[in-house]
This record gives sequence, C-alpha cells and structure tokens, in this order.
Amino acid sequence: MTDSIRKVGLGIVALMMLLCAQLTYVQLGRAEELNADPANIRLVLRDFTRGRGPIVTADGVVIADTVVVDDEIGFQRRYPFGPLYAHITGYQSLRYGLSGLERSYDAALLGREFQLQFGDLGTILTAEDPEGTLVTTIDSIGQTAARDALGDRTGSVVVIDVKTGGLVAMYSNPTYDPTYLALHDANATEVAFDAFNADPTNPMRSRAYRERYAPGSTFKVVTTGIALDTGVATPDRVFPRLKELELPLTDRTLSNFGDQTCGGTLAQSFRDSCNTTFGQLGLDLAEQFASEVEQYGINTAPPPLDLDPPSVRSEGPIRGTFEREAPLFAQAGIGQGPVAVTPLAMALVAQGVANGGQILVPHLMGEIQDRDGQVVERWAPRRWKTAMSPSAAADVTAMMIDVVANGTGTRAQIPGVQVAGKTGTAQQPGGAPHAWFIGFAPAASPQYAIAVIVERGGELGDDATGGRVAAPVAQQVLSTLLSHRTP
Amino acid sequence: MTVAAAPDPYRLLARARRRSEIGLGLHVLVFVAAAYALLALADGPTIPPDLPAIAAVIAGMYVVVHLTIRRLAPAADPTFVPLVAALNGIGFVTITRLDRDLARIQATWVLVGVVVFVGVLVVVREIALLERYRYTLGLLGIAFLLLPLAPPPVGRTINDARIWAKIGPVSFQPGEIAKVLLVAFFAAYLVEKRELLARGSRRIGRLHIVDPKHLGPLFLVWGVSILVMVAEKDLGSSLLLFSVFTTMLYMATSRGVYLLGGLALFAIGATIAFRLFDHVQTRVDIWLDPWTDPGGTGYQVIQSWYAFAAGGLGGTGLGLGAPDKVPYAATDFIFSAIGEELGLLGTLAVVATLLLLVGSGFRTAIDSSRPFNQLFCAGLTVILGVQSFIIIGGVTRLIPLTGITLPFVSYGGSSLVANFAIIALLVRASDEAARRRVGP
Repeated sequence: MTDSIRKVGLGIVALMMLLCAQLTYVQLGRAEELNADPANIRLVLRDFTRGRGPIVTADGVVIADTVVVDDEIGFQRRYPFGPLYAHITGYQSLRYGLSGLERSYDAALLGREFQLQFGDLGTILTAEDPEGTLVTTIDSIGQTAARDALGDRTGSVVVIDVKTGGLVAMYSNPTYDPTYLALHDANATEVAFDAFNADPTNPMRSRAYRERYAPGSTFKVVTTGIALDTGVATPDRVFPRLKELELPLTDRTLSNFGDQTCGGTLAQSFRDSCNTTFGQLGLDLAEQFASEVEQYGINTAPPPLDLDPPSVRSEGPIRGTFEREAPLFAQAGIGQGPVAVTPLAMALVAQGVANGGQILVPHLMGEIQDRDGQVVERWAPRRWKTAMSPSAAADVTAMMIDVVANGTGTRAQIPGVQVAGKTGTAQQPGGAPHAWFIGFAPAASPQYAIAVIVERGGELGDDATGGRVAAPVAQQVLSTLLSHRTP
Repeated sequence: MTVAAAPDPYRLLARARRRSEIGLGLHVLVFVAAAYALLALADGPTIPPDLPAIAAVIAGMYVVVHLTIRRLAPAADPTFVPLVAALNGIGFVTITRLDRDLARIQATWVLVGVVVFVGVLVVVREIALLERYRYTLGLLGIAFLLLPLAPPPVGRTINDARIWAKIGPVSFQPGEIAKVLLVAFFAAYLVEKRELLARGSRRIGRLHIVDPKHLGPLFLVWGVSILVMVAEKDLGSSLLLFSVFTTMLYMATSRGVYLLGGLALFAIGATIAFRLFDHVQTRVDIWLDPWTDPGGTGYQVIQSWYAFAAGGLGGTGLGLGAPDKVPYAATDFIFSAIGEELGLLGTLAVVATLLLLVGSGFRTAIDSSRPFNQLFCAGLTVILGVQSFIIIGGVTRLIPLTGITLPFVSYGGSSLVANFAIIALLVRASDEAARRRVGP
C-alpha cells in the first residue's frame, strides 16, 4: 500500500506544480496585458487615488493641480483657469480618461518616469512615486492676451517661440471647462460631457490643431517661398496686371479680391495680395508645388506636437494631379481649393520664415521638475522641416514687413516694433470668409511667430478681411507679449 | 552502584520533535506578527496598538496546542502545527486586511478549532477507535451530508448553494465534517475488503472480476454523497469527495484500473451534470472564455485575474492593493487577495506551505504500520491537497471554478474546525507511528 500512497503523493505534487505554472503564467506572463486592460478598475484606482503633479505655465502660473478631498477617491484634479487652458491641459476624468497634456505627460505627472524614480535616494527608500511638475512653454500673459483679443469671436490664436518651437499661447474659442470632467460624481460628469458634445460649436475640439481651414492669402507665404527656392520666380519677376486669370482645362477664371486689377513684381503682388500673380505661380510651379509643400509640413505627417490626441494633418495640392487638375494648383497658389491647414501649421510656417527657413518641432513641454524643483528633463529644441533657404526666408521676410508697413496688414503695426506678416481672407462657400493673419515680431530679431484665424469674419461677417479682423488680434497679442517680455 | 538507565529512544525522539515545534513556531509567530504590523503600516506610520495582544493570543494558542501534543502525542511530527499556524496566520492577516469584522469572527473560529484539536486528541487516543466505529461514522457522515437538505429552519440556502444547516444559534456547513467521517468509513471498509477488491473473486475467462457485493456499500455511500452534493449545488465538494474516494480505492488496492474506472465515472458524471444543470454549463463556459460576459458570469474570474496580475512578482504590499474588488475575497477568492498583495513570491510560498503540509501527511501515512492508519491518513491528506488544488486552480482559471475554501486560509468556521480535526488526527497517527517504530 505504501507504494500506491507514494504514487498518489507524487500526483498531488504534480497538481501543485501545475498551480505554480499557472500562477507564473497569470502573474508574470499575462500581468502586463491585464494591468493595462481598460476594464480593470485598478487602473483608475492606481492613478486617481494618489497625488499628481501640477501643470504650470512658463511664468509659474498653476493651470492644473491636485488637492486632497474627503471622498472615496481622496484626490481631486483642479483646473484653476477652467476654459482658458482647456485645450492645452486637457482633463483627467474618472469617466472619460485622459486627454491633452494630462495624457501625453501622464507618466511624468504621476512620477513614473525613470529620472523621477531614481533621481534621489529618498524616493527610492520611501517607494513613493514622486510626482513630477510639468512646466509648459505657455506664457500666461500671451494666453490671456489671446483670449482677450479674440473675445467672443470663434477662432484661434497660436503663438510660437521662434527660437525654440515652444508654444507661447494656443487658444481657441469656444472652449470648455475641464473642471466638470474631472468631477468624481459620474452623473455630473456625464451631463457636462454630453452637453459639450451636443454643442454644435464643438467646444472640446481645439481649433488650433484639430481643425483645418482654407488659409487664403496667408498661404502665399508658402507659394512665394517655393517659387523663390525653385527659381520659378525672383522678387523682381514682373507679372502682368490682370483683373482675372484664365485657367487651363476650364472656362472658369481666378479673379482678384474685390475684382481689382493688380500685378507687377512678385514683391508688389505680395504686398497687395494679388491673386492673379499667385494663381499663375501655382500653375508655373505645377508638380513641384505638390512636392515642395511637404517641406512646409503640409501633405505630410502632422506636426509632432506633444499632445494627445495629436494634431491633424494639413492638406495641399496633391502630387500627380497637375495634368488633370491644373486649376486646383492655381487655387492652391492663393490658399484655396485643395489647401486645408490647421492654425498651428500656419504658425509654424511663420516661425520657419522668422527662423531663416527652419521649422522647429512645436512643443508644450518646457521642462519636467521633481518635487524639489530640480529639472529632470528639459526640452531640447530640434528642427522639424527645412522649409526654405535662408535667402528665400530673407526675401519673404522683407515682403512680409512691407505688407504690415504699406499693404493689407497695416492694422498689425506695433509702435516701435517692426512686424512682418501676411493677411488672408479665405472665401467660404455659402457665407462670410475666414479672416487670417500670420506673422512674427520683431522682424529684425524674431521672437514670436503668430497665426490668427477668426472664423466667418467675426463681427464684420461678409465685409471681413484678414487685415481688418485678424491683424488687430495679432497686433494686440504680440504687443502685449512684447511689452511684458522684452528685456 | 547504580547503572544509568538506557535512554528511551521514543522519549528522545519526542523531545527533539517538540523542540523543533517550538523553534518553528517562533518563526511563524514573528512572520505573522510582522505581516500584521506591515498591514497596519500601509495606513500610516504607527504600529497597531493591538499588535502585542494579537501576538500574545497567537502565542497562547500555540502554547496550548504544543502542550497538548507534548502530553497526548509527544512524538508526533513537529511540522504539522507550525505549517498550519503559518497558513492560518497569513489567512488571518489577509482577512483582517479585507474586513476587520470578519477577522474577529475568524479569530473566534480559530479558538474553536484549537479546542476541537485538543478535544480530538483527548478523545481519540487510538486511531483504531475510528476503525472500530466505521459504520457509525459512515452513517453519521451521510446524515451530516443530508442535513442541509432538511427543511428550513435547519437547512438553508445561501448564495444559491444549499450547504448550510442551522442548529440552535450556530450555522455551519455539515459537509465539511462529513468529509472526515466518510474518509474514516472508507478507509476502514477498504482495508477490510482490499484483498478481495485487489484480486477479484470471480473469474470470467482470463479476467478476474470483483464480486459486486463487495463494492455495493462503497458505491452506495459514494453515489449518495455525490448526488447530495449535486443536489446542494456544491460542485467543489462533489469533485473533492469523488477524487478522495477514487484515490483511496486505488491506494487500498494498488490497482490502476480503479483510477481509470474513477476517471471514466467522472467523465460520465461530468457529462451528465453538464447536460442537466445550467450552472455546471455556465461554470465551464466561464472557464473557457470569461470575456464573453465580463460584467456578468465572467466577472469573478476576471477580477481574480486582475488581482493576480496587479500583484505581479513581488505584490503591491500588504494593505496597498485593491483585493476587495474581487467578490468573495475572504472566502473562495482569498488566494487572489494574497496574489495581489504578496505577488507571485507570496502565492508560491503558500503553495509550498500547502505542499509541505501534504508531504507531512503522506509521510505519516507511509510511516504508519497499520493499514487502516495508512489509508486513513493518506485519505485525509488527499482532502487537504485536492481541496487546495480545486480552489487555487479555480481562482487562477486552471480548472473551472467551484466554490470551496482554501484549507486554513479562507474565512469560514466549519471548514476551519474540520481541518483542525484532520490535523489532530494526523498528529495522533504520527505519534502512533513513532511509538510503534521506536517505542517500548
């Protein structure tokens, strides 16, 4: 009998070994996948029932922080300025998860990054995750100025630091208050979320980087840059003075704004925003137009802005279609037709011109600090695209200075500061045009690049132009920034 | 001139074994007290004020058990009590972590368990006593099994399983006690008939066939127990009893054909149960893919897996996980709670402890010289081992989940008391084996 007892004993040992194998399989083999399962309540408990570092502006204003509260979660995320920074911070919501910087820098805010974990011995010993502070590139002066300048008009303002690619301001109206989405009361959160989504103006979508528009004449900066670099034109090339441009393959024509007659040199045409000249350039560039816009961040992967959800892609004339669709290339020359871009993309075009042709990677993260304020990670500026040659950039800059000094953009002038810019009035089917302005200042040693769009002409409606509606917004934002931030 | 008395080898063995029991016990005490303190430290930097009291009570119970063994079964294997104390301690800490009120009740049950342990050692001075009363025990076992099916207020349905009985103010699961009684009956019966069962008394051609009359009582008790369990919707206990009886039949006869026959019967029984009972089908479906209904039938197992995964290798640390998100965390799913907070290292340690306990049980069985003692001890040990396998396999989704307690670890009075009785019987048998081997 002892023999068979021994065999049964071995059988039990075998069963226990099976248990060990299964435990190893679940606790090690499947752990990562199970821990990341969105249905796993631990995910929420792990990240919400604990501290989370603040998000602050470059000038030290707290725009998101966490406080201890007396409920079952114990910690409440707050957005002290509500709608003002909503499209930047995003939200941390029990019900709807994360978005914006809250999402893209989640690990840093929770202190789960290597540099934060092993930065100092103290935190290793306490085994606490040391929450990081996210210092953004946003300047509270610029962001507030953008909001005030836009007022209650629908549109967007993007300001970029020319030398670093950091976003100084990024504001879109309408916006929403992320505070409601961070509430712990699931019903209240749901009511707010549903209301935001039901709103036809779509306040949760940042127009700055998630919406595409026809850029109108601001796109002539791109057309000009490509024409200069490809040798299709020089600033002195003379174009015929026309009322309208005849287009190939069709009976339709391309006419000037207000049916004016214009032309002359490229520089004159640029100042007067002469459509017939740039329509002609679009035709002259032909296939090169479609390939070269990629160097301006159009028809290519969207700018790698450090936000989640990411920026949408901007569109231009399509490669290989010139033979069939030549009129579209003429329209692209003036920023209409196939061209659809984000305000962020146009701000990057302005930044590229201001930076000698080099477009930098746009970003919101300036640095990440540990709890003691020590910097553990700092953004290193890097090039994204080489849009144009330095000489082309200089030529375009001169033309843009002329626009603000003598052309359509005079309302962007700032006393004592030379501003470079380009206006745009993008015709919209069935309604008032979008008013645009892109530019930078000071023109000689550029600090800020800007893009402004006011949808449907703002308060001027059908009578709106970029110069009348968007240029004053840019003027207000840039002058406020320069008066506060110039040494 | 006086001649020094020759040292009595039984006494020497007893002294050495009891000394080991003290040493191992101190380790367990430190381990449980440390776990209890760690648990409190998860909430804040203060040592719980009741720590000395708890440590004293644990130590006190241990001393009582130790002294009882020293007096009544001095040469018993010294590993039983420390291993049980370790399992019981980790279970108590985990229950405390989940629900302090339950922990208080559990503490009371541990106390009752210790009393039962002492009582069994006092009453059962010889394992042969059980062999003598085999039919009484068998009938008592069946009676206990049937008790929950009695009309209310005695029989009670809780959580869709009719496994509870209430007598006076005390609710308990008679099935837990029935297991022990039935194993005693089976061991006695099988030892008596094993020659007949092993050889076969009739010949048909070249085959030796066992006369059905010898198997009759066996199949009767077996069938009744299984049927009762199925009627009570207690699949885990059914599976347990079935495996215990099958393996006992095999151990008694050393004939593999009984194992195969048991497997065949199990396959038939399982198929019929699968066809007849929705809840059996559901269990199997959940096991195959819990994610078809993650919020409903699959919920428990999925939550259990989340808990194990959250633990990973080292665990979240006591008091730092969220094991209360698993339903029935203190009873059926206590192992998931351990997996979350103590990690793979903790779960493997618990499995190892169970394995050591099972090892001590089988060693006692093999060391015993009387066939009844051998088979009885092996049967009791198979209960501990298979029960652990069924519940751990269930919560880890190795096998379909059937609710049953993890011996000494889960919350639950009846199971705890029955298991303490099992250990007392093993301790008694172990001392007997030592006495027969080296004793006077």
